[in-house]
Amino acid sequence: MIELWNALPLLIQILLKILAIVLPLLGLVAYYTLAERKVIGYMQVRIGPNRVGPRGLLQPIADAVKLMMKEIVLPTKADRTLFLIAPLIAIVPAIAAWAVFPFDDGLVVADINASLLYILSLSSLGVYGIIIAGWASNSKYALLGAMRSAAQMVAYEIAMGFALVGVLVAAGSLNLGEIVRAQSGSVLTWYWLPLLPLFGVYVISGVAETNRAPFDVAEGESEIVAGFHVEYSGMGFAVFFLAEYANMILISALSAIMFLGGWLSPFPQTWVHGIIGLDNGFHWLLLKTFGFMFLFLWLRATFPRYRYDQIMRLGWKVFIPITIVWILVVAGAVVAKLPPWWSA
Amino acid sequence: MGFEKFLFYCFAAIALASAGMVISRRNPVHAVLWMVVTFVSGAALWILLEAEFLGIVLILVYVGAVMVLFLFVVMMLDVDIATLRACFIRYLPLGAAVALLMLGEIVWIVGPANFGLTHFPSPPAAGLDVNNTHDLGMSLYTTYVYPVELAAVLLLVAIVAAIRLTMRRRTDTKTIDPAVQSRVKKGPDRIRIVKMASVGPLETPETLAEAKDEPR
Repeated sequence: MIELWNALPLLIQILLKILAIVLPLLGLVAYYTLAERKVIGYMQVRIGPNRVGPRGLLQPIADAVKLMMKEIVLPTKADRTLFLIAPLIAIVPAIAAWAVFPFDDGLVVADINASLLYILSLSSLGVYGIIIAGWASNSKYALLGAMRSAAQMVAYEIAMGFALVGVLVAAGSLNLGEIVRAQSGSVLTWYWLPLLPLFGVYVISGVAETNRAPFDVAEGESEIVAGFHVEYSGMGFAVFFLAEYANMILISALSAIMFLGGWLSPFPQTWVHGIIGLDNGFHWLLLKTFGFMFLFLWLRATFPRYRYDQIMRLGWKVFIPITIVWILVVAGAVVAKLPPWWSA
Repeated sequence: MGFEKFLFYCFAAIALASAGMVISRRNPVHAVLWMVVTFVSGAALWILLEAEFLGIVLILVYVGAVMVLFLFVVMMLDVDIATLRACFIRYLPLGAAVALLMLGEIVWIVGPANFGLTHFPSPPAAGLDVNNTHDLGMSLYTTYVYPVELAAVLLLVAIVAAIRLTMRRRTDTKTIDPAVQSRVKKGPDRIRIVKMASVGPLETPETLAEAKDEPR
C-alpha cells in the first residue's frame, strides 16, 4: 500500500488528501444539520424529523435533493455576478482552513509554522461572503443583515485574535501541532485551566463569529426576515448553510485543539500508554469537537437573541479588556515558569 | 521558466489588472472588491518571497479588517455618478499634474539606474527550518526596538486623538446602561411585593369530611 501511494504523482497525492478531508467534512455538515433539528427537537420535547428513512436518518439527503431542484431566483437589479459568487466566497475559507489542521500527531496536509495565523486570516475572509451577499441582493433587509454582521465580525475578531495571542504566548509557537504537543501531560496540563478566561472568550466569540444564536442578529428572522440571505433560494441558500455549519465545526475543532489538548488523552501517559481507546489518538479530538458542536446547539435551544447594542458592548467593553489583562497574566506566568504548564 | 517564476508572473498580472480595475470601475463597491483582489495577490507575492508572516498578516489586517470597514462605509454611501463625472473634467489638470509628478518620482527612485537585478545579489534562500515569525520578532524587539516603540507611541497618540475627536456626549440619544437596566430593585418598575394575610388549609368538601372523621 505504501509503495503504491509513493508511486502516485505528488499532485494526485495532495488531491487525495484534500478529498479525504473535504468529503467527510461535508458529510459531517449534512448530518450536523440533522443533529441540530433532532437535538433541539428533544430539548423542546418534540421528536424532530422522523419521516425520511429509519428514524429520519435520510433527512439531510432529502433536503439536499430538494434544494438542488429549486430555482435560483435573481432579484431585480441585483448585481448578478456578485450575487452568484457570494456563497462561494463564504464557503471557500471555511473549507480551505482545514488544510493546516492537525488531526493526529503529524497527520496534517500542510504543516506550516504559522498555521494559527493562516486559520485566523482565512476565517476573517468569511465575512466577505455575507457582506457581498447583503449588498448584491439589492434588498433592504439583506443590507441591514450584512451591516450588522460586518460590525459584529470585526468586533469579535479582535477578541478572538487576542485569545489566540494568549494561546501562542503559552505554547511559544504558531503551529497547531506544536500547540497541542505543548499541552501534553494530562487533563490538568491542557490550556483550558491556565487560560480559562481566554477559553471562555474564545468559545463565545466563536459563536458570535459564526452568527449563531444567541448572536444571530445577522439573520434575525423576527426583525429582518432572514438577513443577508433573504433573497437566496435553492443551492445559493444551501451553500451559505453549508458554510455556516462548516465554520461551526471548524471553531469547535479549533477550541478542542487550542484549549483541550486536541488528540491528547485526558489521562497521564504513564497510565494509558499503549491501551487502545485510552491512548492519545484522533478519537479524542473527535470526541472533544463533538462536545463543542453539541454546545452550539444547546446554546441555540437555550438563549434568546441578544439585543444588538448589547452584543457590541459585550465584544468591545467586556471581552477585549479581559483578554488584554489575561495575556499579561499568561506572559508573567510563562516568564516565571509556573508549574505544571511551563516548568520545563 | 520555473514554477515559482510562473506563479510570480500570474500573481503580478492579477495584481496589476485588479489595480487597474480599482481605478476604472464606476461602482465604488466594485472598486473596493478589486482592491481586495489586489491585496490578496500582493500577499501571494510576499509569500513567494519567503515572507510568509508578512503575507498572511497582510491578508489578516488589510483584507480581513481594514477593507471590511472600507466596504462597510462605501456601501452606505449614496454616490451620485453624474456629479462625480462633472468634477472629473474640472480636476483633471491638477490630478494629471500630480500623477505625472509621482510617476517621475517613482521612476527616479526605483528606475533601472539604481534598482535592478544587477544592483543586488540574490539573497540566500532560507532553509525549511527557518521560522519567519520568530526571526521577525527577534529583530523587531532587539535591533529595531526603539523604532517599534516610537511607532507604538505614535499609534497610541493617534488612537487617543481619534477617540477624543469622535466622543462627544449627546443628550438626545436614548442610550441605556445595561447594568442599570437589568438591576432588579424594589419599586414600581421591576418587582412588586404583595402582602397577603395568612390563611388556614383550604376548605373543600373532602377536607371537611376528613376533619369530621378525625377523633378529637
